[in-house]
Amino acid sequence: MLNIKNLEAKVDNKHILNGLNLDIKPGEVHAIMGPNGSGKSTLANVLSGKNGYETKGEIKYNGENLSELSTEERAQKGIFLAFQYPLEIPGVNTNVFLRTSLNSVRKARGEKELDTLNFLKIVKEKSSELGIDEKFLSRQLNVGFSGGEKKKNEILQMKILQPKLSILDETDSGLDIDALRIVADGVNSYKNKENAFLIITHYQRLLDYIKPDFIHVLSKGKIVKTGNADLGVELEKTGYANFI
Amino acid sequence: MKTEDLKNSKEYKYGFTTDIENIRAPKGLNEETIKFISNIKKEPKWMLDWRLKAYNRLKVLKEPDWQKPKYPKINYQDLYYYSAPKSSSEKPKSLDDIDPKILETYKKLGIPLDEQKRLNGIAVDAVFDSVSVATTFKDELTKKGIIFCSISEAIQKHPDLVKKYLGSVIPLSDHYFATLNSAVFTDGSFVYIPPNTRCPMELSTYFRINASETGQFERTLIIADKGSYVSYLEGCTAPMRDENQLHAANVELIALDDAEIKYSTVQNWYPGDENGRGGIYNFVTKRGACRGKNSKISWTQVETGSAITWKYPSCILQGDNSVGEFYSIAITNNHQKADTGTKMIHLGKNTKSKIISKGISAGKADNMYRGLVQIKNKASNSRNYTQCDSLLMGNKCGAHTIPYIKNNNSTSTIEHEATTTKINEEQLYYCNQRGLDQEEAVSLIVNGFCKEVLQQLPMEFAVEAQKLVAISLEGSVG
Repeated sequence: MLNIKNLEAKVDNKHILNGLNLDIKPGEVHAIMGPNGSGKSTLANVLSGKNGYETKGEIKYNGENLSELSTEERAQKGIFLAFQYPLEIPGVNTNVFLRTSLNSVRKARGEKELDTLNFLKIVKEKSSELGIDEKFLSRQLNVGFSGGEKKKNEILQMKILQPKLSILDETDSGLDIDALRIVADGVNSYKNKENAFLIITHYQRLLDYIKPDFIHVLSKGKIVKTGNADLGVELEKTGYANFI
Repeated sequence: MKTEDLKNSKEYKYGFTTDIENIRAPKGLNEETIKFISNIKKEPKWMLDWRLKAYNRLKVLKEPDWQKPKYPKINYQDLYYYSAPKSSSEKPKSLDDIDPKILETYKKLGIPLDEQKRLNGIAVDAVFDSVSVATTFKDELTKKGIIFCSISEAIQKHPDLVKKYLGSVIPLSDHYFATLNSAVFTDGSFVYIPPNTRCPMELSTYFRINASETGQFERTLIIADKGSYVSYLEGCTAPMRDENQLHAANVELIALDDAEIKYSTVQNWYPGDENGRGGIYNFVTKRGACRGKNSKISWTQVETGSAITWKYPSCILQGDNSVGEFYSIAITNNHQKADTGTKMIHLGKNTKSKIISKGISAGKADNMYRGLVQIKNKASNSRNYTQCDSLLMGNKCGAHTIPYIKNNNSTSTIEHEATTTKINEEQLYYCNQRGLDQEEAVSLIVNGFCKEVLQQLPMEFAVEAQKLVAISLEGSVG
């Protein structure tokens, strides 16, 4: 599904990614761990197409050259990024945002746009799965939301948009145990053979709930170690020092 | 304007011209022109005298020059002051008599005038250059005693009302453009709502400038008698021309005891091209008097067009407990300029006013909020709340806020809040990541920013206004 070869990324002439290789197949869950400044969020941003990065190397997504697609085209083709800091958009109802977003994606897939009624049916179903109160949906997007509410909202969007590749950028940071469990349940319930996850995190904590197939250690813009779920436990004990 | 240019410019979809034969007054501003206008409208002598009085006053007035957007000197002798489609020289009795070209024009503008396709629940007065060409739903309104007609017709049929109220809010000698309008106004709408009557539908006037080198000077007068309610909406468009055209309208509103007038404007005059060539000078005087106790006047404006917008829809809160509101969205893109805001003059006791202004600036445009809140010494326990928000897109545009605040009553309070923000790249990225393209994202964010004002608009127009907001900003974020 995703094949990254020798990826380099620069921002303001500063090298952040230095020859990163990664392959993700449908149905897999990959976790990326690494110290601050190792390039984790940059990888997420480069994959989703944020402006301001100068890149080299190759990223193929389902055979397509990712660098030729705009941010919204990538989203429409099934790449979803759960933001570390979801943005507030004053005056825009969460519901309206979700519907606009879903319909943009549907339109691009050649599907019919949903009317309000059918949309509400989907939203109600997905939000109750995540234990999200309906009132929450008529509030302005992320405005005055707590950290946990913002992150739950990201997972809700993921479940509504049904992406193929979901990238979670430190979705666990700032969450209490209950919120963490809800987020993890949200991910686990969406996981299937068709879609894949790239989970960026600092802590083993989230990986107690979402079992990864692979854990990669990122350091100075490169993957320096790849292992299975046990690697996370080891890292928790020893820290990154052994790998960087 | 060359057809080639028209094709290239997709942004302004109302930029077409209607090829129609006109009757025009000779160019120039003089007594002859005024007599020509008065004569062709078969006005009574008092009206002509009133116009000439204004004209004599105009001779000693000077064009104001304190506004921020400067413009080249207007040669008032080189303008046409009256231009009307030839076919309308006799006011058409029914729609069958209206020139099909005019009907076609309004159809293209999305304002069908024919019986079958009328806008649901909205009565329309259509003003084409200097004359009103049609008013719909007239009979239905007449049954309730509501008068909705062109001002020319009102001068002939309801002279007492016109004499009593015309110029009672905007005096004859108020300022240069208002006085110019009083001398040469050509048409516009007249509304009278009888006591204790709730107008059953939205009343609306659609202004269209078509002819070149022509100024449009329309005059609107709305009177809400005791205990009545009316919601009125005006829309405006003009063809694309590379000359600047002057639009100097006067609008007067009068609300008597317990009456309420809601006045909404969606202004989409031709803004000029992306290099600032052409466009309408929209120099308009709008003023409402809350003359009776417990009366209310609410202005809502969505200003997206015009090369220069220069207007301050105002409320004079005379009656005790009266309420004035001003909700405004002013969008300027490319080389457009706006200097707009309101005046709230508190005279009566317990009067309240609220100002919500949203200015959006993109391209090389300049957007100014200028407003006056004045609480006079007898206006005890009065309150004002003002909120001015500016949104900037890009690095070459400007936003300015100048509030004038004068409080002469110690029991009254005035609150003012202002913010200036730049459209946020991160917000756009967030929207893009959710599958929205750049224009959808801008539209969503800007409509969110304007929400408090947009929700004041009558439902039928809110959706149109949202689209207009999006269209006006197309291409402003690259």
